[in-house]
Amino acid sequence: MVGAATGALAAGPRPVVGVLALQGSFAEHVEALAALGVGTRLVRRPADLEGLGAIILPGGESTAMGRLLSDFALLEPLRAAVAGGLPAWGTCAGAILLARSISNDSRRHLALMDLEVERNAYGAQLESFRAAAPIAGLEGGDFPLVFIRAPAFVGLGPGVEPLASSGGKVVACRQGTMVATAFHPELSGDRRFHRWFLEQVAGLSLPAAGSGDGQAA
Amino acid sequence: MEDRKQINRDLAKMLKGGVIMDVVNVEQARIAEAAGACAVMALERVPADIRREGGVARMSDPKMIKEIKAAVSIPVMAKVRIGHFVEARILEAIGVDYIDESEVLTPADDQFHVDKKAFRVPFVCGARDLGEALRRVGEGATMLRTKGEAGTGDVVEAVRHLRMVNAQTRRLAGLPEDELMSAAKELGAPYDLVLEVAKTGKLPVVNFAAGGVATPADAALMMALGADGVFVGSGIFKSGDPARRAAAIVKAVTFWNDPKVLAEISEDLGEAMSGVSARSLPESELLAKRGW
Repeated sequence: MVGAATGALAAGPRPVVGVLALQGSFAEHVEALAALGVGTRLVRRPADLEGLGAIILPGGESTAMGRLLSDFALLEPLRAAVAGGLPAWGTCAGAILLARSISNDSRRHLALMDLEVERNAYGAQLESFRAAAPIAGLEGGDFPLVFIRAPAFVGLGPGVEPLASSGGKVVACRQGTMVATAFHPELSGDRRFHRWFLEQVAGLSLPAAGSGDGQAA
Repeated sequence: MEDRKQINRDLAKMLKGGVIMDVVNVEQARIAEAAGACAVMALERVPADIRREGGVARMSDPKMIKEIKAAVSIPVMAKVRIGHFVEARILEAIGVDYIDESEVLTPADDQFHVDKKAFRVPFVCGARDLGEALRRVGEGATMLRTKGEAGTGDVVEAVRHLRMVNAQTRRLAGLPEDELMSAAKELGAPYDLVLEVAKTGKLPVVNFAAGGVATPADAALMMALGADGVFVGSGIFKSGDPARRAAAIVKAVTFWNDPKVLAEISEDLGEAMSGVSARSLPESELLAKRGW
């Protein structure tokens, strides 16, 4: 990690990336971020949003996270921060939190991204699956896609750019500084998507690509 | 099947930091989901009632499970009797998200558990110690729960079992490799999994705490001891105000390390389930002893 520390010094203060930690697989994102040499902070309260370079909304259950966001008065501050330009990436349930509408659910959460999602679009856990596909902007070949009771992105607004498709469905997209993926890069051992989000979307300077960057599995 | 195993382990990761609640009908399932449960366990009688009423406890009516599946968007789990692989095939056929091969039901086989590797649907199993936990993982379980003593509202056994797993995991992590075969023999655990635990210092799959959690403080205690989340059985719908208690336990699992929040959410919850001291139960009534 000596190299990582030097890189961070050359690029100014080490960026701190938040991971929403109300419920779900936040630890796996923290692990991926740490492998890329960025600082991380678990976000559970409004004060935790201060000074972040970006935020990741992890997989889990969107109903559980939504309820906790409201009960602990985090929903509005988080919405204001992301609307104000805090780069945000939602994986699976996190994408549902970002979406403007949910085709099969009356609940709405942050509702910031011009995206309509369908929850559990593939069905029960028996229908969860793995695949691989190229992702726009990612070098190094197909990216492993892990779908766990995944949502589908059924409607993309005019400002939303598709980044990847699998099985005829858009599975990753971007609108300005917001990114949504229906799959789980944090479970794949491949850190390229995390690096791309931090560098290309959030504009953060990371230490040079190291051993933590490739496929671990 | 290797992909399937990993995908099933991965679903358990999505449940982490959450509460899985026992529900016996659609109305309770809706209350659980609205309170922020990360999954529900559909069953005919909660453990406290099974304990009180006695008789043979079996897999629930598939119709009831399907109704609950239709009513909520969160994962739906259901229980089969230990060793009853046909009940498991039935639950797989109706598409439950996770099967709990559970000591809370009356065992169907007094020697063998279900060969869980033969299924696509994932299984969670109970354990009292590391050997039992790794035997279940060896059979194909992709999630664990420490057993505790279900239906008592007494957290002491849940604490004992989780501490036991933790202590045995720490011990393995400190052993040199040439002592691990004997350690595997003592634990009664598959050698390859013993090697893995010794190397990583943690269980190979997500591990929730179960069996006796009745209050937000109980739930936070289990998180502080290292559980990835908690199962609450009788503790919610046998209490005075289930919706309120369910939401409070969900919050306690997220804010387990924040005593101020715990104090706020513990206020005014109404009556907890009355419960029975686990230590007062005769040996023959201990559910945790079921499983081999």
